[in-house]
Amino acid sequence: MTNGKAIIDAHNISKIYNADTIPVYAVNNVHLHIEEGEFTALVGPSGSGKTTLLNLIGGLDKADAGNIYINNIDITKLSAGKLIDFRLKNIGFVFQSFNLIPVLTAKENVEFIMLLQGAGKTERLQRVQQLFKEIGLEDKLNSRPAELSGGQQQRVAVARALASKPRFVLADEPTANLDSKSAANLLDIMEMLNKEEKITFLFSTHDQRVIQRARRVVTLVDGAVAEDTSNTMMNGKL
Amino acid sequence: MWLVKMAWKNIWRNRNRTLITMSSIFFAVILSVLTTSLKQGAFDNLVKNVVSFYAGYIQVHKNGYWDEQNLDNSFEASNKIENKILETPNISDVSPRLESFALASSRDLTKGCLIIGIDPTKEDKITHLKSKIVQGGYLKADDKGVLLAAGLADRLKLKLNDTIVLISQGYHGATAAGKYPIKGILKFGSPELNEKMLAMPLATAQDFFSAYGMITTYVLSIRKTKELEETAIAARSALGEEYEVMSWEEIMPDIKQHIQTDTNNMKYVSGVLYMLICFGIFGTLLMMMTERKFEMGMLVAIGMRKGKLLLLFLLESVFTVFIGCLLGIVASIPVVHYFNKRPLRFGGSTAEAFARFGFEPVFPTSTDAANFINQGVIVLIIGLVLSLYPAYVILRLDPVSAMKR
Ligand SMILES: Nc1ncnc2c1ncn2[C@@H]1O[C@H](COP(=O)(O)OP(=O)(O)OP(=O)(O)O)[C@@H](O)[C@H]1O
Ligand SMILES: [Mg+2]
Repeated sequence: MTNGKAIIDAHNISKIYNADTIPVYAVNNVHLHIEEGEFTALVGPSGSGKTTLLNLIGGLDKADAGNIYINNIDITKLSAGKLIDFRLKNIGFVFQSFNLIPVLTAKENVEFIMLLQGAGKTERLQRVQQLFKEIGLEDKLNSRPAELSGGQQQRVAVARALASKPRFVLADEPTANLDSKSAANLLDIMEMLNKEEKITFLFSTHDQRVIQRARRVVTLVDGAVAEDTSNTMMNGKL
Repeated sequence: MWLVKMAWKNIWRNRNRTLITMSSIFFAVILSVLTTSLKQGAFDNLVKNVVSFYAGYIQVHKNGYWDEQNLDNSFEASNKIENKILETPNISDVSPRLESFALASSRDLTKGCLIIGIDPTKEDKITHLKSKIVQGGYLKADDKGVLLAAGLADRLKLKLNDTIVLISQGYHGATAAGKYPIKGILKFGSPELNEKMLAMPLATAQDFFSAYGMITTYVLSIRKTKELEETAIAARSALGEEYEVMSWEEIMPDIKQHIQTDTNNMKYVSGVLYMLICFGIFGTLLMMMTERKFEMGMLVAIGMRKGKLLLLFLLESVFTVFIGCLLGIVASIPVVHYFNKRPLRFGGSTAEAFARFGFEPVFPTSTDAANFINQGVIVLIIGLVLSLYPAYVILRLDPVSAMKR
């Protein structure tokens, strides 16, 4: 695993809240190395720093210490404006809920990212067609988010995250609001994209069934990495 | 373009809120257009009345006459001056007057009066003197008779066709005395004029005062009343130092003052109105921003530049405010025209003030297009300035805290 191509390389990163009163080490001196093609779950008890770590890696939040290399670029050195463009081009995001813009249809929500990138119409349509085929929602192209189930919304969110052809997707508890069937379905799609399109996934979760499907599990406790195990054996069986 | 479409869709995502915002802007525009048109109409009406019944829009005197109003400050009337005045742009008519004071008596009663010698035809064009006649007939240029104001006639217990005796001091100290038949009775709205005024043909007045060929005043009317000041300035420079040219605003500073005071009061009313509009719009903006905070954070998180997001929200505000304003302007046109045709009637102190100047407190609204546009633009600007608040929020937006629930 160590001879692969590094996508995420976080060195000694820390995030401290309330530094001047009672400091909370939300992320405490974390090293994290993620290579292309990984399918990794970030787990840990509530308040262990999963969201904070994902936000740091995604460039949504500023680390108080350490460096974060994404595709060999140190994002801690980027200005706020550059960081937004960087996220658009390089990182796909899936949040726990309310990922979609309510006034746009499913198709438009996915197209939105490409509009931000200034992609042409034919390119957009092609990509949209392809992505909706992959998430199995070709018949819901013109539905509004409110007309989709939670699971369908999350699948559209995955399509949206991939629209700009990022190398990896960060997902913070993408299945937290889903029933187990929808959760399994979403995981199927993520796994398929991971295998067939070599998309790297890093997602946090509480759900034991989701954890089981990860090939690597990084466990955080009190903001620090407590355990880092590979599930290669288990995945081999599947 | 897609941003415009998205903004358009966004304003309808909460239809009720948008409709409330739009209708508050809509009614605000109607209300502020109506109040300004009403006030503007009242002033226009006031000015028209005041200038048309006596003063005229502009007067020309010999320099120094206004401070010392006597016959020694009169000047010789001439076609040359009249033509010079008429050649000034925007001046439509000119009429000569010889004005001075005299004692008027009947058998045993004596009262002071204001004699104005007039050119009957020209005077009527400007001040519509003929229309003020309630008994008898109007003057002809060569008449030896006079028109007497009703109030003065009452005081002197004189009736139509009676004879009035006038005594005064004439030009260069000559004695002036004469007897004249009363050819007509005039009724003025203004109590001041009604108690004092006596009109006679110019030649008769010049003869009475031994001021042959002399006049004290040219009364002018103008076409575009808005260009009063410019016209006065033009006439002033055409006539030169020898004459003083005064607009009605200088002749009747109290009316000018009255309008000024009312305009200022009006500003407070408008100010309160605008403030209400501000709170209305701001309230819905606040609600909207809170509701969409997560979404804004999410959009920035997935890579929407803040400039674009800002533009999106700005477009939404522009659409909402613009539509409200436009509908408001469109709807206020018939409303204002209605109150132009069916004027409002005022009561109270305003009515009294107007009665003092001698006309009915009835006010048709002004249908001046500027009122619609100005008020519309003011509300539009308020709306746009307020939408700087979302802009400010967006510029400071931190996606992580915005997405925290
Ligand atoms: N804005 C903040 N201010 C202060 N403390 C914060 C802030 N955000 C997070 N924290 C603290 O940082 C720690 C890590 O929070 P984080 O949200 O990353 O945990 P998590 O592992 O995602 O939890 P969960 O499983 O409940 O989502 C917690 O102790 C939390 O209270
Ligand atoms: Mg979390």
